[in-house]
Amino acid sequence: MSEPREITESAVQTAVDAALAAIASAGDSAALKQVRTEHTGDKSALALLNAELRNVPNEQKAALGKLVGGARGRVNQAFTAREAEILEAEAAEQLAAETVDVTALASRYRAGARHPLSLLQDRVCDVFTGMGWEVAEGPEVESEWFNFDALNFDADHPARAMQDTFFVDPPESHLVLRTHTSPVQIRSMLERELPLYVLAPGRVYRTDEFDATHLPVFMQFEGVAVDKGLTMAHLKGTLDHFVKSIFGDEAKIRLRPSFFPFTEPSAELDFWHPTFKGGARWIEWGGCGMMHPNVLKAAGIDPEVYTGFAFGMGIERGLMLRNDVQDMREMVEGDIRFSQQFGMVV
Amino acid sequence: MRVPLSWLAEYVELVPGTTPEDVHAALVKVGLEEEDVHTFDLEGPIVVGEVLEFVEEPQSNGKTIRWCQVRVAPDGETAADGGDAVHGIVCGARNFFVGDKVVVTLPGAVLPGPFPIAARKTYGHVSDGMIASARELGLGEDHDGILRLSTLGIDAPVGTDAIKLLGLDDAAIEINVTPDRGYAFSIRGVAREYAHATGARFRDPVEQAAPADVSDDAFSVVIDDAAPIRGKIGSSVFATRIVRDVDASRPTPAWMIARLKLAGIRSISLLVDITNYVMLELGQPIHGYDLDQLRGGIVVRRATPGEKFTTLDGKERTLHVEDLVVTDDRGPIGLGGVMGGAETEMGDETRNVLVEAANWDPVSIARTARRHKLPSEAAKRYERGVDPEIAAAAVSRVAQLMVDLAGGTADAGGSLISTAPARAAILLPAGFVSSIIGVEYTEDEVHDALAEIGGVITAVDGGFSVVPPAWRPDLTGREELAEEVARLIGYDRIPSVLPVAPPGRGLTRSQRLRRRTADTLAAAGSVEVLSFPFVSDADNAVFGSADGAPVASVRIANALDQTVPFLRRSLVPGLIGAARRNLSRGLTDLDLFEIGTVFLPEPGRTYGSLELPVGNEKPSDEVLAALDAGIPPQPRHLGALIVGDVVAKQPGQPAVPAGIADALDVVRQVELATGARIDVAQGAHQAMHPGRTAELRVDGTLVGFAGELLPVLATEADLPRVVAVVELDLDAVIALTEPALEARTIDTMPAATQDLSLIVPVEVAAAEVAAAIREGAGVLLEQLSIVDDYRGQGVPAGAKSLTFALRFRADDRTLTAAEASEAKLAGAALANDRFGATVRE
Repeated sequence: MSEPREITESAVQTAVDAALAAIASAGDSAALKQVRTEHTGDKSALALLNAELRNVPNEQKAALGKLVGGARGRVNQAFTAREAEILEAEAAEQLAAETVDVTALASRYRAGARHPLSLLQDRVCDVFTGMGWEVAEGPEVESEWFNFDALNFDADHPARAMQDTFFVDPPESHLVLRTHTSPVQIRSMLERELPLYVLAPGRVYRTDEFDATHLPVFMQFEGVAVDKGLTMAHLKGTLDHFVKSIFGDEAKIRLRPSFFPFTEPSAELDFWHPTFKGGARWIEWGGCGMMHPNVLKAAGIDPEVYTGFAFGMGIERGLMLRNDVQDMREMVEGDIRFSQQFGMVV
Repeated sequence: MRVPLSWLAEYVELVPGTTPEDVHAALVKVGLEEEDVHTFDLEGPIVVGEVLEFVEEPQSNGKTIRWCQVRVAPDGETAADGGDAVHGIVCGARNFFVGDKVVVTLPGAVLPGPFPIAARKTYGHVSDGMIASARELGLGEDHDGILRLSTLGIDAPVGTDAIKLLGLDDAAIEINVTPDRGYAFSIRGVAREYAHATGARFRDPVEQAAPADVSDDAFSVVIDDAAPIRGKIGSSVFATRIVRDVDASRPTPAWMIARLKLAGIRSISLLVDITNYVMLELGQPIHGYDLDQLRGGIVVRRATPGEKFTTLDGKERTLHVEDLVVTDDRGPIGLGGVMGGAETEMGDETRNVLVEAANWDPVSIARTARRHKLPSEAAKRYERGVDPEIAAAAVSRVAQLMVDLAGGTADAGGSLISTAPARAAILLPAGFVSSIIGVEYTEDEVHDALAEIGGVITAVDGGFSVVPPAWRPDLTGREELAEEVARLIGYDRIPSVLPVAPPGRGLTRSQRLRRRTADTLAAAGSVEVLSFPFVSDADNAVFGSADGAPVASVRIANALDQTVPFLRRSLVPGLIGAARRNLSRGLTDLDLFEIGTVFLPEPGRTYGSLELPVGNEKPSDEVLAALDAGIPPQPRHLGALIVGDVVAKQPGQPAVPAGIADALDVVRQVELATGARIDVAQGAHQAMHPGRTAELRVDGTLVGFAGELLPVLATEADLPRVVAVVELDLDAVIALTEPALEARTIDTMPAATQDLSLIVPVEVAAAEVAAAIREGAGVLLEQLSIVDDYRGQGVPAGAKSLTFALRFRADDRTLTAAEASEAKLAGAALANDRFGATVRE
């Protein structure tokens, strides 16, 4: 580039000053790269001065070497510092340039949802499996023997007519759409070892008209326990625990005398909660009782040795009470907005 | 059951001021559930008035009105509405005379509706109130004219409060009576229960009319039951009493009309009203015959085959040999315990009455009532059991009322047949009640509670012997007695004790995987729906059969909606229904799924069981197996339906419409959730697009279909042309899948990735080409995915270019490019062998 020059303090200083000025004025990494080539490359002033060291007398070599080396060090240091500054600024600039409106972004995700009845049913199952109970299932088209006879419904008793049964054609086949989940009681007792603590959730059918508070197809869960020494106090304790698990510790239950062919004594389950819409009050939620000895006998269990209790509740009503659903029809129409408001949580 | 409070108060002490709500609150404690409260819903001033004079004024509309002057307060006094003692009132009715006492609703009164009464201008007068009809007061149906009090036999002073006078200030509670508590279908039963609940003193209404002496010359009755059902004679009690010289035309007293009305029974005539009144009071159905229409004595028997009989409602019925008939010399005159006949019915001309109170076998009555669809008030009581000991008292009570109200004379003696067996005693072991209820009752508590309900208790070795009261046929065992003790002492005494179940195993694998499948699909954007399983024949024929072969369906004998009397074989019709409903509500992008039961009877098979085993003993294993074999298969399916856009148009993002790919993604979600490997192959289903249907198999077994609905079906269902659907037998998927998976070691050597494009005939399935590459490339090929399917320029007609992205990896070394290429070409070579695939450079 230029002629070899004499190593002087001023020559070194001039080269350093020029390099530092160029470094300082470099605005981006491309400019800085250029500066680096010009001021520290093989043909830069400092490089040439450095090469000149070969030609200086030995006695000056140490002093001049120190002078040139120090100068090159200062320039390199300045370069490194400036490079860091520029990289940082450029990174910041890139981030700024990448800014988006987070409220107007494309989404490839769709909001799915479980049906709240299924979610509530799952929760009910979880409460009972947490207590050591198991979950049992049975067919929806069921033999009348399981649905009625084995449950102590006499063929001519008005209770059988009151069940509003859907019969399978022809009626002589004695098949029905199960009117309750209670046939699973019998199936469980026939299939499982004693003692037995079983929850049976599922769909059931009644010839009820379709309106805001009635569905011809709905979901129930049935609990049945058979063990030695079970009493109504155990039934109450189980229901108490269950209701508190689902509705919170403030929930209370009350049993009221009632009648079901398959339990004796029988009770209606009322349930109280401080935050019911319309004020804290008792609301009916299901039936329960001690298993009738004839039901135990139908499953080959000796009622002199074992006692049992059973209860049954509707999931729809549970959902109405718990989540303030006003119209049962919303639960079966399949309008996606109904399930989407719950998402995956009930 | 509806219970007027004034009536209840006759037999159990009601503290003054007791409200219907108070009574409900008391009864619910002993198990009589609250249903409703009924009142006449009237507000005064409503008073007795006297028509002083009227002028008939024909109107331009063709009507003639009467402009009446009605005295509504004694001379010189102010009327109840604060107005003059004489009111001018316009009346449209013309069935009254000057001097008639009538009911006047004065301004300020409110009739049910609500219909407020005010002075108003009409037909050129200011009508200062209204003269009421029986119907306007809620007393009856008669709207032909206004109510003349003389027709009720009432002559009360002008200005008297008519609400009180006519018993319209009463209220009735309505309770739900469970099928075991037949005795609560009576004032007697409810009064007793109220006494149990409150401790108030109970007076048995049966005791107010002593049974007549049984006399030999009383009416002849023979019970001749040749075919008892289940060994029970059809009529075990039959009491009669004759009342002579009644005046059937006398009015029913207002108080009786009001009570019957509140109890839900319409007033018909004095004699009929009395029989209904006693039925409500005692729970004993009563039948009254016009004695002069009877021919000879009464014989009770079963009907003969084909025998015909015309019931009171005018219908001729062909009887069944199980039906019990009351006959005289001409033949049937009553369907025993259910409904009487027209020929011997009491009417306005009746002079002499034969009153009958009987006890009929509940099973026989239940069958007859169902068979002839006659759920009468009598049948309702007999089915649930009537006290067999009160028939004679009941006929005496009827006779007494007929004497008092209809001016008759009762014969001194009556007839009574009673073969009802004495109630058997129940042994109640000491401590039994406590062992069932979980409350430590004392022996005294048990004794006293059972005595209070009317049981006769004897201390025996080891406990009590209890004879239940006659009115409680439901008390048949020690468990029922335990309930009575718990109920009377109160269910609130029962403590809450949580039993400890033995350790359980949690949900079954199938239960867990079904739940996980639903959660996975929902997390992936699908919305769960729960449809009714009711479908049409066509739904099952189209969606329930892949190849169009005829299918069998479960049919409901008494479907609510006759257009959908079958149970679904497929979840798709329900999903289509849900999709259509959403679309009609403006929701166009839908991704729905349902997990539910389908019902798959096999063609030509008969299901069910003609005979059922008895209920209270365990059937043999063979019988149980036969019952189970009679139940049609009902597996759980998964259905999905996707329509509209799966990705909506958004800033910087075009819409992605739904199609078969989304259906197959559902299948992949199921694989993920269940651990199943579901193989996809080109398939065919009559309801689906012939070129866009995949059949799904697990381990070679067909488990379902995925693809696009046949466009014509989509259009018929008012859906867009492209509808992606999936139907999968979820039970089968889970059952066919091995539960445990052996973990692979994760190789950490560097991978080599290469693409491979192969030209193959268009009809060759990509999956089969992929399988060939996989097989040919061998163990080094770690992963393969299809990235392009190109047809067009550069590719021969009838062929397509499939591009696969391949990832190779060795478990022990870094692969060279040459090794990877070698493996790739080995894959290509096998594809060439199988499908003539050539590598596209």
